Amino acid sequence: MFNDIFPNVQMDQMWVATYETFYMTIISVIGTFILGILLGLLLYLTNRGNLWQNSIINSITASVVNVFRAIPFIILILLLFPFTDFLVGTIRGPNAALPALIIGAAPFYARLVEIALKEVDKGVIEAAQAMGAKAHTIIFKVLLPESMPALISGITVTAIALISYTAMAGVIGAGGLGDLAYMQGFQRRNFDVVFLCTIFIVVIVFIFQFLGDWSSRKVDHR
Amino acid sequence: MISIKNLSKVFKTKDQTVNAVDDVSIDIPKGEIFGVIGYSGAGKSTFIRLINRLEDPSEGEIILDDQDIAALKKEPLRKKRQKIGMIFQHFNLLWSRTVFENIAFPLEIAGVQKNDREEKVQELIELVGLKGRENSYPSQLSGGQKQRVGIARALANDPTVLLCDEATSALDPETTDDILDLLVSINEKLNLTIILITHEMHVIQKVCHRVAVMEQGQVVEQGEVLNVFVKPQSKTTKRFVQQLSPLEHQIDRLDEFITDDEQSEVVKLHFIGNNAKRALISEVSKQLDVAINILQGSISPTQEGAYGTLYVEIKGERT
Repeated sequence: MFNDIFPNVQMDQMWVATYETFYMTIISVIGTFILGILLGLLLYLTNRGNLWQNSIINSITASVVNVFRAIPFIILILLLFPFTDFLVGTIRGPNAALPALIIGAAPFYARLVEIALKEVDKGVIEAAQAMGAKAHTIIFKVLLPESMPALISGITVTAIALISYTAMAGVIGAGGLGDLAYMQGFQRRNFDVVFLCTIFIVVIVFIFQFLGDWSSRKVDHR
Repeated sequence: MISIKNLSKVFKTKDQTVNAVDDVSIDIPKGEIFGVIGYSGAGKSTFIRLINRLEDPSEGEIILDDQDIAALKKEPLRKKRQKIGMIFQHFNLLWSRTVFENIAFPLEIAGVQKNDREEKVQELIELVGLKGRENSYPSQLSGGQKQRVGIARALANDPTVLLCDEATSALDPETTDDILDLLVSINEKLNLTIILITHEMHVIQKVCHRVAVMEQGQVVEQGEVLNVFVKPQSKTTKRFVQQLSPLEHQIDRLDEFITDDEQSEVVKLHFIGNNAKRALISEVSKQLDVAINILQGSISPTQEGAYGTLYVEIKGERT
């Protein structure tokens, strides 16, 4: 039955590709989460009326974020070839995709982080200041916990964008389901492979969406 | 003892300057509940935020325990703030933390050890009457309960003064009374100085020892609550006092009762403190041969004793 519908699919290849896609997605989501929160905090805190109000650092950060968000991902990979080669030692395979994935997604996530932080009740920050809290206490015990549901739904949206980025990276040799769909499927006219890879990617997207929604609800006590 | 001297705050925008607080001087002895009343825009909110430097003063001194808060640098100010409790109109609790964790927050900030923290929080939960709700989140509490958490949180580091920024303005009248009772009992139990701002005369009447009336950034009148009630000087104060017994000031209604009779006279009587509890009217009518007709009256308890007004018509022979 399975072989009738998908005559050209080799399951061992499918599992390796699925593993690679998961690998790239998870590592890049972690990297994006950390870098995005740092950038988002910087954007928020240096904004007017906030803790580290500083228009110069704010506009520099904002420009960097905007420039990287403006570059199409496929071109960003090409631009980052030398950097990737220096950092990872190769420009092929899942590891080589990571710098481009993180640098491509972090600025986008940083904007979502900034929006989430802006939603934190100013009164609560003021209450913490009135208690004599230090800046890092306000960041780690007020700003981040109070914006956590939005930070999680933001990283969920970003993670799903990252899954589609990994497929794109696959086309230029990063591995994963995108690579398999293109090399084994499209190039050899084995459209059953393309089709099954698509189903796998959609399932992965659903898994991430479900996990994101669930944990966002879990931390939301409003 | 808090001594505020010539405190001013000027807000400058492109095309105008606003004197939000204008040369305010107030002395508040330890253990007193001091009220500041004013309409919105009078500068009372800015005034209370100047005391813990949520706003930086433009001029003046705020002397608390021999230290001028207005002159403190960042780090000593942070330490000082741990000894100044504050509660807010909208409670400003962290929704991500339980009742217990919210009250523990200022203790974490002050670097109190975990064991001591737990003990102190339990003590505070009992003090504000929230036993059994430790693990609830703020969203599961009523407004009054949220303010109780706010009060417990403000008291966590044993402050020398408690600032109340319109603390009851978001609550219904009954809950307001509960919270005010709690503030009075804390004031008595801990001998804690409380400064509260409000736009409701009812709040001043119920809990304050002394009051200042603010208008356009200036204190137009200050003194003992009873004195201000009985002899309001400024127009604003008179309007606030009217809030309490609105009937009294509907003169036209009283007019109906006033007759041109030569033998009768309408008088307004004030009762202050313990006099309010004496059977004065019947004493008068027994000792002097007069008939007394009560037209209208009200009595309200204050921190300094009862305060009442009474309109009576006295009929009898003129001498």
